[in-house]
Amino acid sequence: MAGWCGMAKRHASRADRIGLRAAMADRLLPFMVAAMSFLAALALAGSIAAGALASHWLSGAQGLMTVEVPTPTQPVAANGPLRQDAVLTLLQATRGLSDAHLLSGAELAALLKPWLGAAAADGTLPIALPAVIVVKADAQAPDAAVLGPKLASVAPGTIVDSGARWADRLAALTTSLRASAAAVLVIVALVAASVVAVAVRAGLSQRREAIEIIHGLGALDSDIANQFALRAMRLAATGGLLGGVVALPVLAWLALLSSSFVASAPAERPDLVTALPPLLWGVPVMFTLATALIGWLAAQVTVRGWLKRLA
Amino acid sequence: MIRFTHVGLTYHRAGAAGGDAVALDDIDFDIPDGGFRWLTGPSGAGKTSLLKLMYLAARPSSGRIDLLNTDTLRLDRRGTALLRRRIGVVYQDFRLLRHLSAYDNVALPLRLARRKEVQVRADVTELLRWVGLAGRLDHRPEELSGGEQQRVAIARAVITRPSLLLADEPTGNLDDDQAERLMHLIRSLNRMGTTIIVATHNMGLVARHPAPVLELVDGRLVRHG
Ligand SMILES: Nc1ncnc2c1ncn2[C@@H]1O[C@H](COP(=O)(O)OP(=O)(O)OP(=O)(O)O)[C@@H](O)[C@H]1O
Ligand SMILES: [Mg+2]
Repeated sequence: MAGWCGMAKRHASRADRIGLRAAMADRLLPFMVAAMSFLAALALAGSIAAGALASHWLSGAQGLMTVEVPTPTQPVAANGPLRQDAVLTLLQATRGLSDAHLLSGAELAALLKPWLGAAAADGTLPIALPAVIVVKADAQAPDAAVLGPKLASVAPGTIVDSGARWADRLAALTTSLRASAAAVLVIVALVAASVVAVAVRAGLSQRREAIEIIHGLGALDSDIANQFALRAMRLAATGGLLGGVVALPVLAWLALLSSSFVASAPAERPDLVTALPPLLWGVPVMFTLATALIGWLAAQVTVRGWLKRLA
Repeated sequence: MIRFTHVGLTYHRAGAAGGDAVALDDIDFDIPDGGFRWLTGPSGAGKTSLLKLMYLAARPSSGRIDLLNTDTLRLDRRGTALLRRRIGVVYQDFRLLRHLSAYDNVALPLRLARRKEVQVRADVTELLRWVGLAGRLDHRPEELSGGEQQRVAIARAVITRPSLLLADEPTGNLDDDQAERLMHLIRSLNRMGTTIIVATHNMGLVARHPAPVLELVDGRLVRHG
């Protein structure tokens, strides 16, 4: 406003060739766009974090089946093979399964140690442990529901646990989280565009007379629209940068929180700075560019639409 | 060449009592390139309306208008804007930009045409000096008298040496001396080839500068010649 009314300097500046530079001095605009950008950053971070966590969990769960054989060292029948060997043989003969691996006593103990303590390691556990076989399953592998009874017919009591169901649910969750984040981004962009459009409209009606005169002097629609678009672009980009920068610490904190799920040992946990995925470091830059584009486009569309009323 | 062919103009006044207003009816004339015409007639006869059609601020309700060898009805927005740049207009109500200085107001058409700033400075300064405003370059319209504003408006209209100059009552706020100066400027532009139409009530001025007259009464052309 100050630029328009109290213009101290009398000659229009070089960039203000047609006297519309001071148009749309909306000081609120950058802050509104900044708020939008902040929301967008959160949505983006949520989506990225969900993706990272899911892919971490999925890589563990997917494609592995766990087979538990109780009383593994008893024979299946008189003079027959041990129950664990019989199951192992059957697994090796099944299409779609590979790398069947019988966990050793030490591996088993390591696995159980968090729950059972040192007793698991020195073999003084008072209970008989089942054998655990881990096997890789590809697309041709039978379903756990099919494989289970088949194995149980050889060694009754054998249980098959597949990660597939988990993986499916996890994938569905990730997909819907991503979709929600995308929807939030789109909505936030639309709201930002509307905020720009409203500011531009206010500027247009305030400058109506001047615009009509310039139009009458032969200004092209682009001459007028560019003046508004340049200004809108600058204001919006300022907001985008501001929102992106303010969002960074919050994003870093979120990244730190989620990294504690991903990294197993405390020593591996990154600090606040390295926790931020490289993509998120680009947030301020990305948001500056995106809001600049939104500001430019929204202003162009608004001004050109408005100018249609002039002959 | 300017040619009006059976041109009519009706203002549609949505919802207003009295309904549509016929401002111009069956106007038919032509003016050769480089011609000069007075446009006269009583108040409300349609002089401004006729000029509006020529400076492309309104479209005819009927008929056809050719300006500077262009059929105006066939122009798109861009073409219309570019044609406007070849037409200088002195509006009855000046239409200066309130927030710009006299200098910047006059510079506007040159800047729209993307003229170099050095050239803008030279031309604008010289023309404003010529119309007697050398000491008023920095003044905004509200800091100028009516006559001074009118001279700024005139300077803005002629700064680009337009092919067609339309002046609506350009001497309304000028004293006799200044009116004569203006006529001198208009005459010299006319000699350089600009087609000129001046709407006026000032019959003394018309008598001192004899030229063909377009006379309107109640939206009809009652005299041409
Ligand atoms: N925008 C408008 N809407 C409706 N009617 C209009 C409009 N502009 C002009 N008129 C009417 O059209 C008629 C012609 O007006 P115009 O302004 O052309 O007259 P004029 O000859 O220029 O008069 P003056 O000498 O007073 O300037 C008048 O009756 C006027 O009321
Ligand atoms: Mg008039």
